[in-house]
Amino acid sequence: MTTDELDIATKTNVPARNDETPVQYVNELTTLNLGPTHPATHGIFQNILQMDGEKIVSGEQTIGYIHRAFEKIAERRPFYQITTLTDRMNYCSSPINNMGWHMTVEKLLGIEVPKRAQYIRVIMMELARIADHLICNGILGVDTGAFTGFLYLFEERENIYEIYEEVCGARLTTNMGRIGGMERDLSPTAIRKIKEFLVRYPKVLREFENLFNRNRIFMDRTVDVGGISAERALSYGFTGPNLRAAGVDYDVRVMNPYSSYQDFEFDIPVGQSGDTYDRFMVRNEEMWQSLRIIEQAINNLPEGPYYADAPQYYLPPKQEVYKNMEALIYHFKIVMGEIDAPVGEVYHAVEGGNGELGFYLISDGGRAPYRLHFRRPCFIYYQAFPEMCVGSTLSDAIVTMSSLNVIAGELDA
Amino acid sequence: MLSNEEVAQTIIQQFGDAVSDFDDPFDLLTVSVTREQVIPLIQYLKEQPSYQISFLTDITGVHYPDSSGREFCVVYHLHSFINNFRVRVKVYLSKDDLHVPTATKLYLSANWMERETFDLFGIIFDGHPDLRRILNMEEMDYHPMRKEYPLEDATREDKIDALFGR
Repeated sequence: MTTDELDIATKTNVPARNDETPVQYVNELTTLNLGPTHPATHGIFQNILQMDGEKIVSGEQTIGYIHRAFEKIAERRPFYQITTLTDRMNYCSSPINNMGWHMTVEKLLGIEVPKRAQYIRVIMMELARIADHLICNGILGVDTGAFTGFLYLFEERENIYEIYEEVCGARLTTNMGRIGGMERDLSPTAIRKIKEFLVRYPKVLREFENLFNRNRIFMDRTVDVGGISAERALSYGFTGPNLRAAGVDYDVRVMNPYSSYQDFEFDIPVGQSGDTYDRFMVRNEEMWQSLRIIEQAINNLPEGPYYADAPQYYLPPKQEVYKNMEALIYHFKIVMGEIDAPVGEVYHAVEGGNGELGFYLISDGGRAPYRLHFRRPCFIYYQAFPEMCVGSTLSDAIVTMSSLNVIAGELDA
Repeated sequence: MLSNEEVAQTIIQQFGDAVSDFDDPFDLLTVSVTREQVIPLIQYLKEQPSYQISFLTDITGVHYPDSSGREFCVVYHLHSFINNFRVRVKVYLSKDDLHVPTATKLYLSANWMERETFDLFGIIFDGHPDLRRILNMEEMDYHPMRKEYPLEDATREDKIDALFGR
């Protein structure tokens, strides 16, 4: 809405009946607290909106409600215990965070992870990406008033979580993988479940797309809502699906391939206008591409070990610990966090569910990081939200926020 | 493809004595710059047509309480999507004078990153439009990521620092 329209909307004088003096309507704004515990924020953060009737005039965010000082805690923890902190950032796609952290440490230590472990990691990361995107798109449907699609997809998220359970034993805060590889090989059950998922999920996703993609109501609610130009998006530090929806084909998996992503063939979908509908479509298409990657990885899963030969960092097999002195020593030292890491300064980025998830690690040779900083994509792009919703209605702002996929855990760290 | 040496040479030619400590840990060009020249350097890298290092990945701070005169460090990570090239720019500050010019005029994303760095380290970004705490509450009167605030109760004697590598 332009300022002219605003003036018209707010300063119109209604002509008085009879001979009374004209009624003067003053420009009075309403303050609306959207959050911190509003159901539509999907997390704990607050937006203080100045409303002129149904239109948003200005917005200001308050974040930090679940700030847990991960960066500070990490300065006191051995490296392997920091994985559990990364789980709790973007909890919709914890495996990506876990793997990103392991790869950062492996880069510092100079560990080369075997191909099999890299492929397993790729499978788990792509499953996590699907889980992340399906929640975002499903919830976007709920926010526009369509509950059905959400239920279809959510059943499949349950199946993804069952695969997580099979691979690492946990569902949400996965703590998956270890520094140097995976904690265990893919079990036959896990492989069967992944293959079943690959058969089942395309049907569900196609059904979901049939419900939404050309749905008149959905398009009316999302097309040209909350758009952002590529230039502004870059300046605001957008990455991931939100940046690609604006038309920039930046993807860490392609630009700086990690964990053997160069072995797989997949496309990077991009949008044009950066609006809510484009973000929705980009995420949908990324789920298809993730399926492609998982299929290639599971069919070409290399034989060999699933962990690197790095006895100082990778826990030895339990049988060895009982029989072998070296194994026992390393087991003790690793669990007690008594391994000194080399001095170094690493920045490693992975393509998280929301964009470039970076780990900036400074090690001074101690047992814990000297400084660890997480580049959290949500935190950086969420500052653009007021610009994207000013002038639109409250219901459009809800849809915009939903499609940005702001995860409070990642926002606050 | 840009090479680290090539960019480093250009930066030296352009900024002379203001830049120092060139390094490339894990193939990431790292350069220290004086506080006065940091914004010109970032702007130069952004506008140099053959580099186009025009994406601000991250701003953060580091505290080195033991190095006198260089106790605080502000770290910028910059990225060129065109050349797939990353640079790390560092500014060292003395604890008595924690001022550094803001990058918000070049990058809108610097806004919250600088607020976070201010919140956690107390580094003041001159010219920032809205330098308030962001993650912690406004009433807080200290900057928690500084090393003088150890995570555990300093009065406890059953936990020995050496055991935790610190």
